[in-house]
Amino acid sequence: MTEEIIIAGFGGQGVLSMGKILAYSGLMQGQEVSWMPSYGPEMRGGTSNVTVIISDERISSPILTKYDTAIILNQQSLDKFECMVKPGGTLLYDPNGITRHPERKDISIYKVAATQKATEMGAVKVFNMMVLGSYLKIKPIVKMENVIKGLKKSIPARNHHLIPMNEQAIEIGMKEVQQV
Amino acid sequence: MEKELRLMKGNEAVAEAAIRSGADAYFGYPITPQSEVIEYLMAQEPHKRTGMVVLQAESEVAAINMIYGAAACGKMAMTSSSSPGISLKQEGISYIAGAELPCLIMNCVRGGPGLGTIQPAQSDYFQSTKGGGHGDYRLVVLAPASVQEMYDFVEIGFDLAFKYRNPVMILADGIIGQMMEKVEIGPQKVRRTMEEVIKQCPWGTTGKPTTRERNIITSLDLVASRQEAFNLKLVKKYDEIKEKEVKYELINCDDAEYIIVAYGSSARLSMKAMDLLRAKGIKTGIVRPITLFPFPSKVLFDLADRVKGFLTVEMSTGQMVEDVRLAVQFKKPVEHYGRVGGVIPSPEEIVNALEQKIIGG
Repeated sequence: MTEEIIIAGFGGQGVLSMGKILAYSGLMQGQEVSWMPSYGPEMRGGTSNVTVIISDERISSPILTKYDTAIILNQQSLDKFECMVKPGGTLLYDPNGITRHPERKDISIYKVAATQKATEMGAVKVFNMMVLGSYLKIKPIVKMENVIKGLKKSIPARNHHLIPMNEQAIEIGMKEVQQV
Repeated sequence: MEKELRLMKGNEAVAEAAIRSGADAYFGYPITPQSEVIEYLMAQEPHKRTGMVVLQAESEVAAINMIYGAAACGKMAMTSSSSPGISLKQEGISYIAGAELPCLIMNCVRGGPGLGTIQPAQSDYFQSTKGGGHGDYRLVVLAPASVQEMYDFVEIGFDLAFKYRNPVMILADGIIGQMMEKVEIGPQKVRRTMEEVIKQCPWGTTGKPTTRERNIITSLDLVASRQEAFNLKLVKKYDEIKEKEVKYELINCDDAEYIIVAYGSSARLSMKAMDLLRAKGIKTGIVRPITLFPFPSKVLFDLADRVKGFLTVEMSTGQMVEDVRLAVQFKKPVEHYGRVGGVIPSPEEIVNALEQKIIGG
């Protein structure tokens, strides 16, 4: 199994930390993982993306031009990465602020209104965990127990009391995701 | 003992490895894309963990001269920077090589020349392997292709530096420095005591006992004949390094008709390209130099008898390709493919380059 993922959105949405928790979850179940962020001028322009690879084998390139899954959190990222999903691949997006929705017919498209849901709940900080939950519902490549272990490794010990809230957000994301 | 696995950036792995290997000091100055090294070290407060000193110097020039001073005392000292900062350090590196002192330098390469860009590049190959500063010297140059190697090469690098009394460079790039991968963390080594330092480094300026003459650390000798003898002594040392310390990885070379030669992150990109080429029925292998100095010339020379051609993949306009051509000695075609200025070649572009430049060429 090799899963090649791009997660892309605005800086501050938790794109990089979502990727880190996913990668750590893979590590916790003994898989090979890589996490490669954009750190260049695009980061300074407000958009943020990270390539995460989880595999049973040694990972070759940590940087890719085609992905099994794209997790998209803003319009710029949708415009950039929709065409880079492999045929038969998966695109998950949050429709918040999206004016041109995904158009491809040869991939599976899912949406989750995570921004809206997190705002309603007054829990915008766990927005990214809702999206992660939606992804794990579509592709359960890592076990929930390993996600919790990954969360513990990724979040500083002083914030470990927030783990149940993150767990709950993952569950909500799993419930809210819809195939388009 | 169960091994400890962590998800770390390459830069963080270098920093943790420095603490764990029992280093005495890190002196540096921040620059993208390697600032995580000093950030991590500052956050870890290694003076509390092992007594290791970490200091942000006022400039790269100051940092390398602090390394010079620490190394003269037999201390395990390390610095890191990225390309423009490494250029600033070159005078100090030349002096350290000229004084035959051990130290470790990590270069997390970004695109140049000048301030260039902050994105990954491999355009400092010549600078690293052919001297860099003035005078006729060489560094031992290690090229990590994973975060695990970033970690492992710190201890290996210090060992080589002390074995040969020579500066060692870890030549990374923005990809290896910024990416996170699984790292197996080794045990904490205890820092050497002063007695152990004196024993290991009888040449060091560690205080003059009555039993010997003063140790003098210098790179200056105004008598030409003595300087020539010293230069020849260095040549002997470099020849010994060439004989004993070459390291490389061969990937799918046994049945290969075509060889990609690539180091560091380019080797990782090329592994993906190799999979794509093999899926098309094109038998491709990779030679990944792990030491860039000494360069794995012999394995390339030998492979040239049974393969059809070589493609070097580097994020430069073509630097290592010269060493590959020298190694292959015109037995087979050697071509270069690279993207530069911080642009990263895609595996598909590497496939096209091999098909057009080597198979079609």
